[in-house]
Amino acid sequence: MYNFEFAKPSTIAEAVEALGQEEAQALGGGQTLLPTMKQRLAAPATLVSLNGISEMIGVCVNDAGEVCIGGATPHATVAREAAAHYPALAALAGRIGDPAVRNRGTIGGSLANNDPSACYPAAVLGSGATIRTNTRDIAADDYFQGMFDTALHDGEIITEVRFPVPDKANYQKFVQPASRFALVGVFVAKYAGGVRVAVTGASSNGVFRWSEAEAALSSDFSKAAVDGLSTPSGDMISDLHGSGDYRAHLVKVMTGRAVAAAG
Amino acid sequence: MTQVTMTVNGKAVSGDVEGRTLLSEFLREGLRLTGTHVGCDTSQCGACVVHVNGTAIKSCTALAADLEGAEVVTIEGMANPDGSLSTIQQAFQDHHGLQCGFCTPGMVMSAAALLKENPKPTEHEIREYLEGNICRCTGYHNIVKAIMAASGQDVSAIAAE
Amino acid sequence: MPKDHGIGARSKRREDTRFLTGKGVYTDDMAMQGQVYAVMVRSTVAHGKIVSIDTSAAEAMPGVLAVFTGEDFAEVGGNPAGWLIHSRNGEPMREPKRPVLAHGKVRHVGDAYAAVIAETYAQAKDGAEALAAGTVIEELPAVIDMAAAVANADNRVHDEIPDNLCFDWGWIEDNREAVDQAMKSAEHVTTLELVNNRLVPNAMEPRASIGEYNPGTGDYKLTTTSQNPHMTRLLVCAFVLGIPENKLTVVAPDVGGGFGSKIYHYGEEALVLAAAKKLGRPVRWTAERSESFLSDAHGRDHVTKIEIGCTKEGEMLALRATTMANVGAYLSNFATVTPTYLHGTVMAGPYKTPHVYVNLKTVFTNTAPVDAYRGAGRPEATYSIERAIDKMARELGLDPVEVRRKNLLTPDMFPYTTPVGLVYDTGNYQATLEKSLDLADYAGFEARVAQSAANGKLRGIGLSTWVEACGLAPSHLVGQLGSRVGLYDAATVRVNATGTLSVMTGAHSHGQGHETVFAQIVADKLGISEDQVEIVHGDTSKIPFGMGSYGSRSLAVAGNAMNNAVDKIIAKGKKIAAHMLEAAEGDITFENGSFSVAGTDKAKSFGEIAFSAYVPHNYPLEELEPGLEETAFYDPNNFTYPAGAYLCEVEVDPDTGVVEIMNFTCADDFGNVMNPMVVEGQVHGGVVQGIGQAMIEQTTYDQSGQLLSGSYMEYAMPRADDVPMITVDHSCATPCTHNPLGVKGCGEAGAIGSPPAVVNAVIDALQRGGYTHVTHVDMPVTPSRVWAAMNG
Repeated sequence: MYNFEFAKPSTIAEAVEALGQEEAQALGGGQTLLPTMKQRLAAPATLVSLNGISEMIGVCVNDAGEVCIGGATPHATVAREAAAHYPALAALAGRIGDPAVRNRGTIGGSLANNDPSACYPAAVLGSGATIRTNTRDIAADDYFQGMFDTALHDGEIITEVRFPVPDKANYQKFVQPASRFALVGVFVAKYAGGVRVAVTGASSNGVFRWSEAEAALSSDFSKAAVDGLSTPSGDMISDLHGSGDYRAHLVKVMTGRAVAAAG
Repeated sequence: MTQVTMTVNGKAVSGDVEGRTLLSEFLREGLRLTGTHVGCDTSQCGACVVHVNGTAIKSCTALAADLEGAEVVTIEGMANPDGSLSTIQQAFQDHHGLQCGFCTPGMVMSAAALLKENPKPTEHEIREYLEGNICRCTGYHNIVKAIMAASGQDVSAIAAE
Repeated sequence: MPKDHGIGARSKRREDTRFLTGKGVYTDDMAMQGQVYAVMVRSTVAHGKIVSIDTSAAEAMPGVLAVFTGEDFAEVGGNPAGWLIHSRNGEPMREPKRPVLAHGKVRHVGDAYAAVIAETYAQAKDGAEALAAGTVIEELPAVIDMAAAVANADNRVHDEIPDNLCFDWGWIEDNREAVDQAMKSAEHVTTLELVNNRLVPNAMEPRASIGEYNPGTGDYKLTTTSQNPHMTRLLVCAFVLGIPENKLTVVAPDVGGGFGSKIYHYGEEALVLAAAKKLGRPVRWTAERSESFLSDAHGRDHVTKIEIGCTKEGEMLALRATTMANVGAYLSNFATVTPTYLHGTVMAGPYKTPHVYVNLKTVFTNTAPVDAYRGAGRPEATYSIERAIDKMARELGLDPVEVRRKNLLTPDMFPYTTPVGLVYDTGNYQATLEKSLDLADYAGFEARVAQSAANGKLRGIGLSTWVEACGLAPSHLVGQLGSRVGLYDAATVRVNATGTLSVMTGAHSHGQGHETVFAQIVADKLGISEDQVEIVHGDTSKIPFGMGSYGSRSLAVAGNAMNNAVDKIIAKGKKIAAHMLEAAEGDITFENGSFSVAGTDKAKSFGEIAFSAYVPHNYPLEELEPGLEETAFYDPNNFTYPAGAYLCEVEVDPDTGVVEIMNFTCADDFGNVMNPMVVEGQVHGGVVQGIGQAMIEQTTYDQSGQLLSGSYMEYAMPRADDVPMITVDHSCATPCTHNPLGVKGCGEAGAIGSPPAVVNAVIDALQRGGYTHVTHVDMPVTPSRVWAAMNG
């Protein structure tokens, strides 16, 4: 990889300042960024590690009952510490990558990168979570703007993600056998106000909400309601691991399974 | 160049690193601890797994400079204080859990992390935990068996004993 | 009571101690005084004309010491193919030169056309980037698809080869007419078109090489990730760089797996030697994994039409295979023997089929070279045969097990001359078949089908009965067939004065456990402790000669060389003992480490004899040289023929097409087994590589020749959670009749026998589940493919 200046601030304010430099980039767990840099596909002049900012690490529940996860919290910590509060979210975090990756990769890093096959975007969009940055709160529905594209501005840091806790939820991941990312992942969450269904891995536009399924499940939260739907249309990814038709089919199957598993 | 200080296998070490120096490079080239191997460039194979502050990470996907002050344990630090093989290492030998030996350091480090979290894992739990460690030689059969044995479980019923 | 030491014991591996403590020394672990780094500059297009290379920018980069291009090696030799194959019309194969660095044209993505040497790795990488930026390559249409390659005379991988055809081979050409006739008159003909998918070997240790040169002596040293150091030395010296063989030492230290990919000599090895000479400093190169994907020799890649003519009762009368084999852009060392004599010659399988004919066209394409990968030709043959038999049984409404029982050779038929030129010395194929059925509880299968159905899953079972030819190979035979080398092996047994032994072997261990198993054999024969025996391998300066490890040959060839060298030691020991014990040589017996005079209590221990050989005070010096060291070269007079029966049981999820292996059972015949633990490990590993091929591994080039599966993000490797425990058995042993140890090779068996068992099981599950239109799914049987087949 190309060389760079390395900075490791200990507060959000310092991090924001460091990221204000020319061609500075934030480093979360680095589980995607560092391999990308090894290929010389990214060349920041300064890399600003967010791993030393203790105020950005940890899981808690706020007064509104939301599960709040610091932006630099590793997946393994979420899997462990969110389990009592939001089991579906914890289970999702516990199946990202592999154990060593989960000990290093962070929620903020995953969301900032917005890989179209990553798991966290499904949980965030499926929960209608709020992405809090150093400057503002962004609703999940506004945050994801296509493959590797988000509402974040340059230098903006995800400091926390707040998840409203649903009555029921489940994530079904169909694993791509090489990368262990999601070939298709479906997060289903049932809230008092309705059901949200978020799909990752399938669309070339990144994570999306499957509105037909949401409508059907909001009136009848059962696998049978999913069975009655036609498969989602749209720009499905087609690659050597599965055709677009296959992915569309899996979206339906995984949605049905998520509903069944959510109980 | 910045100076980084860590504890590696119980010893305080320090060295000058570039921003881009990976922990695996610092260990292999800086400290000549070449037991930690590098088998891929996408953070998949797990040959480079070491323990940092008590948890397993892929040392090829962590910057040395980001680990200032860390407690690092590598395969070179896994034997008993008298130099004899630890329980996990001995189980790998007893059950032929390695062939070419290249993935082995990462396997042992992952196995140790697993048993710390889960002292009596099932076969299924072991297989899931090893998701990030690729072995091309053994077919995993004897690795799984070795880890079960290291956890004190009876492996005599497993095929091909 | 199992033995606790020596031949047949489950001796624990001595090499494990260093590997388990991080003390193994692999090539990239070595640091040389004054070392510098090489980075290869690789083509990013599949096919192109090198218009110009401006090296000045790279040369001006900080730390850059030297730049090499194809021009620098234009006058040296090329890396040859090890076998000369002739086409059906008698013409020799087309054999384009394989240069150290591409010259004039690049022929596949990853083809190295330059190298940059610098003080640090990062500087070399920067230099390589600058050099690439200064290079103009005019892209040409890529030749990717084999059928198109042969059909389209305008696109040529090599300008001098108009139809991209290396050769068009028939085996055995004299059988062709008889097969045609038998097909015409057969009551039934089963036809199956299938693809044997291209694989990337993916030894976990990436290739690496370090070149050193001593200007004071003119000596070169190459430390490299090789299965085959002596052949690498021969190729570098005699064919590529023209270095006298006595001036190059090749060392292959601890090597992290090979599976075929490290048999061959690669251009990087020559490059680091040439660069070391130019710079007077050690030059090292280590592949990144992404480079390995592009530049290691790949495996398999056949497209085959197979036909079986048979009676309505399922008796096989004739078999015909028509295959296209991809060799990629250049001929790697074993590229021409793998699809021919390691494939066509085993197309009779373990069956009585009287007429067999194979036609094989080998085709150049703009892809990475393809060569032997674990099994090498024999997995391709076995897959074709075993898939076709299964389809035949289904078409005839017969039980696949019964069809095999009907057609398998019977024990009374050995030695058996096959219609494709081999003589199977021994075997009992019924025994392994019945053993596998027993171990897998075949009788209880229907009940398990019902259980699976209750869980919404489709269960199927697949069988593969196979035989292969390995232990390469009898030199007189392979010489007739076109081999440019002999395939014997060598061992030197050096008894030290204190009775310990150093044994130098031409085999190379890169995971197989030679240091342990070979010591078991030597110790057992000499009646001494295994600890007294050291096995030395992988260094041409220490070992008399050797042809390396591949083709399941280490034990079958090098092991027997060692056996014979030990016999020579014993024979000399008897002469010494006869003198010391004042007896006739003919009266001396050797047993349990003791030379004694028959019928008396007079004896000398092995240690006493060794001591006397080196301190010859009471010694027959007038007729016997002092010292106790013997060398043997062993040339086998036949291949060995391991065989077995593999059963795979799967569940298919009809909603997703996901295939899960529920259990996998192997009953193998490897002849005499030296260390059962090691043999089991070889089978486990081979089977999982075969499962990988059958289920998840796919190497995909797009039509422009870009490798889409060029990293572990896209190329799926079997992980621990993809596979089950594997039941293995080797009790149905028929010892090899023509080598002293009675052994057969076991290293490749698992990868040979397993793929058809998996695919047969998947088809069985689908058929039982009512998807009767699915008669075949090409490997890998990914969920996507299975689902598409079900819904097709």
